[in-house]
Amino acid sequence: MKETPIAALHEELGGKMVPFAGWRMPVQYSSIINEHTAVRERVGIFDISHMGQFFLSGPGAAKWLNTVLANDVNKLGLGDAQYTFLLNPSGGVIDDLIIYRQGEDEIFLVVNASMIDEDFAALSALLPAELTLTNESADWAGMAIQGPESTAIHEKLFPQVELPTRNRIVIWEQDGEKLIICRTGYTGEDGYEFFCPAGSGSKWFKAIVDAGAEPCGLGARDSLRLEVCYPLNGSDLAADKTPLQAGLGFFCALDKGDFVGRDALVAQKENGLGERLVAIQYTGRGAPPRAHYPVCLAGGEPISELSSGVLSPSLKIGIGMAYLPVEHAKIGTQLEIDVRGRRFPAEVVKKPFYKKG
Amino acid sequence: MNVPENLKYSNDHEWVLVEGDVATVGITDHAQEELTDVVYVELPEIGRECDAADPVAVVESVKAASDIYTPLAGEIVEGNEALEADPALVNTDPYGQGWIFKIKMKDPSQLEDLMDAQAYSGLLG
Repeated sequence: MKETPIAALHEELGGKMVPFAGWRMPVQYSSIINEHTAVRERVGIFDISHMGQFFLSGPGAAKWLNTVLANDVNKLGLGDAQYTFLLNPSGGVIDDLIIYRQGEDEIFLVVNASMIDEDFAALSALLPAELTLTNESADWAGMAIQGPESTAIHEKLFPQVELPTRNRIVIWEQDGEKLIICRTGYTGEDGYEFFCPAGSGSKWFKAIVDAGAEPCGLGARDSLRLEVCYPLNGSDLAADKTPLQAGLGFFCALDKGDFVGRDALVAQKENGLGERLVAIQYTGRGAPPRAHYPVCLAGGEPISELSSGVLSPSLKIGIGMAYLPVEHAKIGTQLEIDVRGRRFPAEVVKKPFYKKG
Repeated sequence: MNVPENLKYSNDHEWVLVEGDVATVGITDHAQEELTDVVYVELPEIGRECDAADPVAVVESVKAASDIYTPLAGEIVEGNEALEADPALVNTDPYGQGWIFKIKMKDPSQLEDLMDAQAYSGLLG
């Protein structure tokens, strides 16, 4: 089981450690509901050091990456971030990732913890000799500072560095350390992700907690992202589902020229999606929906299973997502979620479940 | 950790309060603290006959669903319906308003298999 450089501090802060994607990570400190609420109303901090960091550089790096990833790298100005996909040739999702253009041909990629090796292998297999791709995942600590008061934390800690605007990155040196801030996140709140050398991960995490951020675990990270319908790879995204089926076609630039999986996406668009990832909400009180629970037509047979599910701490009602056959994927379709043999009424609703304000 | 003297305890962190031939069952302060944030309780079916160690109820936090096993054999006579509206009572008052079910005991000698407060405190260490 791998540990992030912040693991000892999590235990000191009362973090309850659980296995996640091969890592020992805090699932919660005080309580998932407290942490969830802290992020929605104030500010919280998550250890994301388990995520992977790759750096790509060399002549034509951006042009090459554009033939591999689904979104259009050419849309990125210097310092811009972009959500994108690494697909397999059938258009299925290997990983969803965020790329940041640091220089014309210098790109920083942040990938999912569970997919570091697979992503690195897939990219390396296609890499032209003149480009350099390095896996620096072990060298970096990362933390996500999320919530309406996240800007105040930044001003306290780094008054000399202007916080980048949404989907922008800033990199600077301080006391001999390279530090990175990206105005991105996975909670639906304003916030940013901060990367520093692994050795100073605990120092910065502690400083941010001392500045007022609530330490938050994977439990709150999952309930926050699901309320805003951000997909979790391995649950809501999979090698046999395409981003089009997941409702994320916006991030696939079919018009930019060839990239891995493009032909399959184009064919699927012509032939029909077959199924779509929809948002499902209980119509009343019920046992918390969870991943893999059967999704049934109201009064009828099972047609799918939940890819994710939680009792929403913000909305106080059961929410989840599932791939449903397109004929049952319309908003308002009446469903039932089977929880240990008991059925709770639910319906297909518009994404996301939770909206600010 | 709060471990009242007047109750009996199971290895699964349930408490039992005996009144005549009916036992009231809930989860201990330690158990609720481990679970945190109880958001749903699935109560047992009234009239159900069960053996000791049968799973009869489910207590759910945001992250996980945990089975509750009856420490005693018998017939379920009541479930705490207040938990349907306010499951967090299991957290705020585990030995009082957070009780989960009542069971009419089939074999009161099974009480001897349970721990007293001192032994349970020892288990918690």
